[in-house]
Amino acid sequence: MATPTTTETATAVPGPGAKARGQGARSSRRFALLLLSPTFLVLALIVGYPVLAGIRQSLYNKDEVLVDGFVTEGERFVGLDNYTALFRGERGDAFWNAFFNTSFFTATAVVLETVIGVCLALIMHQALRGRGLVRASVLVPWAVPTAMSGLLWRWIFQPDGVANTLLHQEILWTADGWQSKVAVIIAEVWKTSPFIGLLALAGLQMIPQDVYEAARVDGASAWQQFRRITLPLIKPALAVAVLFRLLDTLRMFDLPFVLIGANKESVETLSMLAWSEAGNLRYGVATAYATLLFVYIALIAYAFIKLAGADVIGEARVRKTTGKKGAKA
Amino acid sequence: MKRVLNYAGLAFVAVFCLAPFYWMVVSAFRRPQDQFDSSPWPAPWSTENLRAVFDPDNMFGRALANSLLVAGVTTALTLLVAVFTAYTLARLDFRFKNAVLGVIVATSMFPGISQVVPLLKLFIDIDWINTYQAMIVPSLGFALPLAVWNLTVFFRQLPFELEQAAMTDGCTRGEAFRKIIIPLAAPGVFTTAILVFFMAWNEFIIAFSMVNEKSMQTATVAIAKFTGMRGFDQPFGTQMAAAVVVTVPLVIVVLVFQRRIVVGLTAGGVK
Repeated sequence: MATPTTTETATAVPGPGAKARGQGARSSRRFALLLLSPTFLVLALIVGYPVLAGIRQSLYNKDEVLVDGFVTEGERFVGLDNYTALFRGERGDAFWNAFFNTSFFTATAVVLETVIGVCLALIMHQALRGRGLVRASVLVPWAVPTAMSGLLWRWIFQPDGVANTLLHQEILWTADGWQSKVAVIIAEVWKTSPFIGLLALAGLQMIPQDVYEAARVDGASAWQQFRRITLPLIKPALAVAVLFRLLDTLRMFDLPFVLIGANKESVETLSMLAWSEAGNLRYGVATAYATLLFVYIALIAYAFIKLAGADVIGEARVRKTTGKKGAKA
Repeated sequence: MKRVLNYAGLAFVAVFCLAPFYWMVVSAFRRPQDQFDSSPWPAPWSTENLRAVFDPDNMFGRALANSLLVAGVTTALTLLVAVFTAYTLARLDFRFKNAVLGVIVATSMFPGISQVVPLLKLFIDIDWINTYQAMIVPSLGFALPLAVWNLTVFFRQLPFELEQAAMTDGCTRGEAFRKIIIPLAAPGVFTTAILVFFMAWNEFIIAFSMVNEKSMQTATVAIAKFTGMRGFDQPFGTQMAAAVVVTVPLVIVVLVFQRRIVVGLTAGGVK
């Protein structure tokens, strides 16, 4: 922290000449680079390296090779074979099943979470007393570790568990089959719709009350007020929340893994498929799955940002102009 | 009438969020032989499950200590790195600033599995399997984007003038940072610390993949792997009791710091 001294003050207090200012800007840039480097180092190591190594790995296959008459295990470049093999035969079935499950979970859970989340937010917004208490209780599902909530719901969905008792049914929720999908979605929605609710509530609280008064004077019904005022105004906050949920649900792993189990056809997601391939030491195939999942997530994120106009770092852009003014003032 | 509806709504929200959690607590305090009771209240109460959790065979105390160590170190390291980056992004002016923030936020988009598989291979090669660093270092990478983003938002809200005034009075930027910014940003740093700690404490896939020795497992993994007396029995009573042990401290933290956590969670999303 002690390295930049005199030149640093020069940026804050504008020097008399343009030369001094140029110098200050350059050293400020160096300073910025210095401060940013640890983060980039960590991200390069933990995110950059694995992704690149993964893509490279996905082009190789483990093979038994004959070296000097001895059979040794080696890795052989196979090009896109790992990828093309994913779509064919038995492995193709597993892939399309996992792909379908991932997409199905994401679509249903995110839609339900958003609807329930907005409802929770509207209820909490109305409340005059006890709001703090309700807000705290809304945070509880978020605080329960996902793996623990998987266990909790597994327990609730036992054949003689409380879900069946309440429903007077004998459904084998955790066996495999459509019920297991339902169980995963219920658990997922329980855990995350409060999160969306909180973000939507924060959006609601920014809407000035007089907008509603004006609407009431004009004779707008409650539903019209909701559709024409509330929804458009909380859309930016909601869009960011939904984007995060989308990214998170697409890579879902612990919840179905703990709630239903590994290698269950009805709930196997792409993450779980990649994980079980890696567990069988088929790294090439595993990383091919992971890479495909990554591409899929990137596509969905891009499409969503384009469609919903989610302005994830929008504030940074606004701030840039005012920030500059502030620095030069 | 409206009042009644309001309270009914609030009650609905509370039940929706708390009922499953309540079931976990109730199940934890039943006697093992009453396990499949579905009465809403354990009769009689029993701490037998709780005692089973801390049975030396489960090594659960050790698992809790592991979790505490991994999450604690991850939080400390993440904050150390993120504070400088966030300060730079919020306070210094340079080109590509938004691109940098964009890239950092985008790294949180990568699916964990695309990191786990190559890292697993790497850690096998460098003999890191069953070590703490094999859990801490990847968690650091996962938590960093969140922390940087959150702290950037907090740093931006601080008034620029104080820092400039300090520098006019002869403080270097470093001193101004230490004496003015850090104390002002302390609440934001604390909030971010809670969020990162939660994230690291809840981590599952890395701890599950990188560690296979019982003495190195974190609590979430240990609980998921608890085995019952008989082969295929899942010891739900014990698991629920253990889940209570892991979750209740978090819930208490949530209740105490509710306002801060909400601020932290909504900081990036709503502005």
